[in-house]
Amino acid sequence: MNNNLIEITGMTKVYGEDEAAVYALAGVDVQVVRGEFVAIMGPSGSGKSTLMNIVGCLDHPTEGAYMLDGRDVSQMSKNELADVRNEKLGFIFQSFNLLPRLSALSNVMLPMLYTADDVSDEDAEARAVASLTSVGLENRLHHRPNQLSGGQQQRVAIARALVNKPPLILADEPTGNLDSKSSVEIMDILHNLHKGGATIVMVTHEADIAAHAQRVICVKDGKILSDGSDGKNHCAGLHQ
Amino acid sequence: MKLRKIFRSAWEGLMLNKIRSFLTTLGVIIGVASVIVMLAVSAGAEAAIADQINALGANLIIVSPMRGVPGASRTLLLEDAYAIEEQVVGITGVSAEQSPAPQNIRAGGVDLEAIALIGTTADFPDVRDYAVAEGRYFTADEDDRKAKLVVLGAGIATDLFGAESALGQTITVGTTKLTVIGVMESKGIVSDVDYDGRIYLPLNLVLQKYMPVSTMRADAVRTIYLKAESQEQIPSIIAQTTALLAERHDVDAAKPDFTVQTQQDIIATQEATTAAFRDLLAWVAGVSLLVGGIGIMNIMLVSVTERTREIGLRQALGARQSNVLMQFLIEAIILSLVGGLVGVFIGVGGSYLFGSLGTMRTEIVPLSIPIAFGAAAVIGIFFGYYPATQAAKLDPIEALRRE
Repeated sequence: MNNNLIEITGMTKVYGEDEAAVYALAGVDVQVVRGEFVAIMGPSGSGKSTLMNIVGCLDHPTEGAYMLDGRDVSQMSKNELADVRNEKLGFIFQSFNLLPRLSALSNVMLPMLYTADDVSDEDAEARAVASLTSVGLENRLHHRPNQLSGGQQQRVAIARALVNKPPLILADEPTGNLDSKSSVEIMDILHNLHKGGATIVMVTHEADIAAHAQRVICVKDGKILSDGSDGKNHCAGLHQ
Repeated sequence: MKLRKIFRSAWEGLMLNKIRSFLTTLGVIIGVASVIVMLAVSAGAEAAIADQINALGANLIIVSPMRGVPGASRTLLLEDAYAIEEQVVGITGVSAEQSPAPQNIRAGGVDLEAIALIGTTADFPDVRDYAVAEGRYFTADEDDRKAKLVVLGAGIATDLFGAESALGQTITVGTTKLTVIGVMESKGIVSDVDYDGRIYLPLNLVLQKYMPVSTMRADAVRTIYLKAESQEQIPSIIAQTTALLAERHDVDAAKPDFTVQTQQDIIATQEATTAAFRDLLAWVAGVSLLVGGIGIMNIMLVSVTERTREIGLRQALGARQSNVLMQFLIEAIILSLVGGLVGVFIGVGGSYLFGSLGTMRTEIVPLSIPIAFGAAAVIGIFFGYYPATQAAKLDPIEALRRE
């Protein structure tokens, strides 16, 4: 079996047509090996969000192939993509995106609503409790988001991303809304996940957050400026 | 995704805003309840009318002058009644009636002004199913002799004599002194006629003493009632009577100067009136149900807009378009079904309540319950579908970006 979890070749994403066409991505090749912790950096408008959306199976590329976990997802239908997101991906958002009236436990149970095989209520709850325990929130199961700190809310979101045991974790500015202490907490959790074998792709514009990753991919003008395989961050100068 | 789970997340969605959900269902509650109450009220009105008309006497055939035909009120004669009685087969009795202008009555110290007089033949109590409570009615012989006798309506007897027996008393009607030989049973007001507030005299006496000779033939009658032996005889009796009177009046049977009607005809006419009334009420109620449905659509559209981020999140977590569609559709259906259920209870309860107040009769139409409830369900699906498709069509990237 191919050891690349993500294999993107010749990917372009074009918005608009003919003369008004804008190349958000102009021929991008990316491979991510299983177990890698990759950060994507780039100034706004660089195409990193577009890349993230395609990696996250929320959008189709205009051209190019995207193999995720051995399957070509670039031409899948919306419903197939929904199934792939549910099974293969765990999302962590900058603004947490928890449902405000649901408890931490119910929020973490959400992804199991949409799994192909019906998870019983007891199993779903047990899995959600285990997931929340893994991020240290076993004493906050029945708290609502507004009763939790920002860091705790993001930990609920991480528990939600992990609950279906997806092969790939996607984090979009995971510390963007957090103070530095909470940021450290969240990065520690991501580190531990990585140590446990998880594959993580994270978008950030903060160099010190990106420094947690093994590898930093730098995107500018829809192209990959540097792939950081040399272990250095060539993006640092782009964010001022 | 199992239906049970969709229902649960739809229910959670509704519980996010309990007051709004309640106000939204209110439209459906009012719609469903008013359909049931309005149908119960008009069914009650119909039943009341049918009961009143049936109370006039069973198997009754009514012959009266044709309205709108000039001079017709002078052509229906007492002799016609005698002829019907002799020649028409299948009848048990004939009662001709005439009512002159109301007269003042006096007995002892009591004066009653403008009391209705009815002149009848001797068969009146039998034909009209209207029994004598005390004493007796006059005989055909007494009618022929223009005997100065009177039978009082129950109310008049009480007004004149109170608790005392009216029998044998003498009362003055207009200028003529009459002897009371009977008091009718209390019957109340039927089809706007106050039976208890009238007095009953021999028809021949009325024709001679009380009818203004100048305007009316002295032997014209207002109505002839026939009592059929059985329901089955009625068509034959109508045919015989029509032919007989057409011949006697020398008119074309197709264009008579009289009408021959049955109770059923009158009930049918009345029912046509109340049916129009009922249809109007049902439409009004249906419109309020429709307005309730539009309310649901409105709220669901607002809800989809407000919860755009939630929809985007659910999509990111793996919700298919159909999952999102079903969640919002089922929210709308729950709103309308809960509204429908509460509406049924309020409608049934309200119908009983209106009925028990005594001013109007209500009869719950059993079919109205499934119809109203079903209409609520259909409205939920119909008006919930558009907002649900709007939700399902959202692009997850756009939806997640929305504040």
